[in-house]
Amino acid sequence: MTSDTATTDLMGDVGQSKRFLNRRRRETGLGYLMLAPSLLIFSVFVFYPFFKNFYLGFFRTPPFPGLPARYVGLDQFREVLTSDYFTNSFRVTIVFALLTVPAGIILGLLLAMVANQRLRGIGAYRTIFSSTVATSVAVASVIFGTLLNPQVGLLPWLGLTTNPAILENPKYALFAVAVTTIWQNLGLSFIVMSSGLQAIPDEIIEATEVDGARPWTRFWRVTLPLLSPTVFFAFVVGSIVAFQTFGQIDLLTQGGPIDKTNVLTYAIYKALRDQNEGKAAVLAVALFGVTLLLTTAQMRILERRVHYGN
Amino acid sequence: MARVVLDHVTKRYGDVVAVNDLSLEIRDREFLVLLGPSGCGKSTALRMIAGLEDLSGGQIAIGDRVVNDVEPKDRDIAMVFQSYALYPHMTVARNIEFPLRSRKVPENERGPLVEEAARALGLSDLLDRKPAQLSGGQRQRVALARAIVRKPSVFLMDEPLSNLDAKLRVQTRAELIELQRRLDATVVYVTHDQVEAMTMGHRIAIMSDGVLQQVGPPQDVYERPANLFVARFIGAPPMNTITGTIASEGGSHILVTAGGAIALPSEVSGAARNATGLEVVLGVRPEHVRILPHDSETQFALDATVAVIESLGHERHVVCRLADEQMVIVRQTVETQRPLEGTAVRLSADPVGLHLFDAATGLRLDAPDPQLVGDGE
Repeated sequence: MTSDTATTDLMGDVGQSKRFLNRRRRETGLGYLMLAPSLLIFSVFVFYPFFKNFYLGFFRTPPFPGLPARYVGLDQFREVLTSDYFTNSFRVTIVFALLTVPAGIILGLLLAMVANQRLRGIGAYRTIFSSTVATSVAVASVIFGTLLNPQVGLLPWLGLTTNPAILENPKYALFAVAVTTIWQNLGLSFIVMSSGLQAIPDEIIEATEVDGARPWTRFWRVTLPLLSPTVFFAFVVGSIVAFQTFGQIDLLTQGGPIDKTNVLTYAIYKALRDQNEGKAAVLAVALFGVTLLLTTAQMRILERRVHYGN
Repeated sequence: MARVVLDHVTKRYGDVVAVNDLSLEIRDREFLVLLGPSGCGKSTALRMIAGLEDLSGGQIAIGDRVVNDVEPKDRDIAMVFQSYALYPHMTVARNIEFPLRSRKVPENERGPLVEEAARALGLSDLLDRKPAQLSGGQRQRVALARAIVRKPSVFLMDEPLSNLDAKLRVQTRAELIELQRRLDATVVYVTHDQVEAMTMGHRIAIMSDGVLQQVGPPQDVYERPANLFVARFIGAPPMNTITGTIASEGGSHILVTAGGAIALPSEVSGAARNATGLEVVLGVRPEHVRILPHDSETQFALDATVAVIESLGHERHVVCRLADEQMVIVRQTVETQRPLEGTAVRLSADPVGLHLFDAATGLRLDAPDPQLVGDGE
């Protein structure tokens, strides 16, 4: 009798788990079906080009169009990645990121803190501060190209002239493009920092006032730690954006003078323009690698100092 | 320790008057509760004492010093916020230490002070935790520890118990009373909960629409509400109010309601004499109403029907409907005979428990206190 009951129970269990498995399988199938459209689009526009790019790096593009590309294995990688052209480009990209990212975050944060005050007419400032978001790279570049123009620009009007002109000056060209970029990104940085500041509860700031913290202490000990997830986000995303800068380089300097503003994306573009697909592919892989390494490093090292809320 | 004096304090936001001409003295070492419904201006008043809001008019003094233009940090106050406002990225110890650190108290003095405050609130084992790892009650205690660590003259508390569950609230209430006694501190405590106000305050100040309604010891306010607002706000279930007109008949006064008339006992006839012909509101607390059989002959009773009986275990609330549809709640002990729902009864009241208010102004009619301020402890 006892064993009978046990058997039935066991059978019941088996039946149940079978039904459960069937249901799970059906749900999984439905899940993939729903994912299919985006998977398809990603495959065509992201995954395939991504892997194809690695593949292209193994083939040397012949010097004359029309000849077949030749498989050279890793030779081309070694060649391109050890060339002065690449190391210069790499250095320019790093310097450009160092010039634009921290300055963009600090200025955005400063503006956000100003705009976070409860003052009459502060809304107008908020609009002005965030207005560069609505400005395209092309417009920003034209504005700064004009301002920096040696004949009609603002600098000569102020009596600040360089020889050669600033955008053709190996010493200042990258700096000038960086300033344009900081200005262009300031609106977004301001909005991100503002939203971060507004997420800090008023009562916490009031508590610091009652507790006797001076503004400086309040900023370093309370505001900044509570803002750290936002700053970290801005840092990672800002770095990736800086590494992909193209528009303002193309419009203002075309990578010159003497490759002083030839960031990696522009170097890739130039290789493609010269119809050297192989070289462009290797440079693209390098850019991917650098971005990946840097982002991972930021995640590993900086995230430890980030405080996420409750 | 210090007293706090609000002198004709007003706060306006544009056209909205949040606090209107508030004059109030909080005595040294007093536990004063600011009580009122949400939006009555009590929190704004507290925030003005803290210095988190500017005054539109009047002045505030803490101790002997007018503090209108003194920064919050220099007012010698500590505040406990409704949300506790703990610093989420700091440990409990760091949170408690923060006011000392901000004031540049030397490090070797900070440690013992933090330990003392933590011990006073039973937080000694939690010093290394972050606020996110604490329960609501523990967070609340950290907020209190952060307030007491600096030994300020005045503690300001803005609904500090409202985020706790009911059981913990009762327990913390008692702990707060003890803490105030031990610290011998002046406390201004804001709440919308009349039970907190009644149980904790030496005196309670009741506000409505930015205006102070009455100040006094809890029992005084309960027994002699200065106006209808206070009468209805204090007490649960609330005071019964019956609207009618005063008429004079022979030597005595009667209250004429839509559902019938009752003779007023001599206890309130003094007040009634001046109000003859006036529309008034008769107030009587549920515990002062008695249910009599429908054939009772007493002249101080109104006819009613028992509508609903709510049993609470230790007592019951009998909701009765008068002939003119006004409702009267009667609080009964369980020992009293339970009436049947739907039966006709007569309701009478203890004469001492009757309150007469002017229906137009809401003010108490029998010898209203001109100051609205009760004294005595």
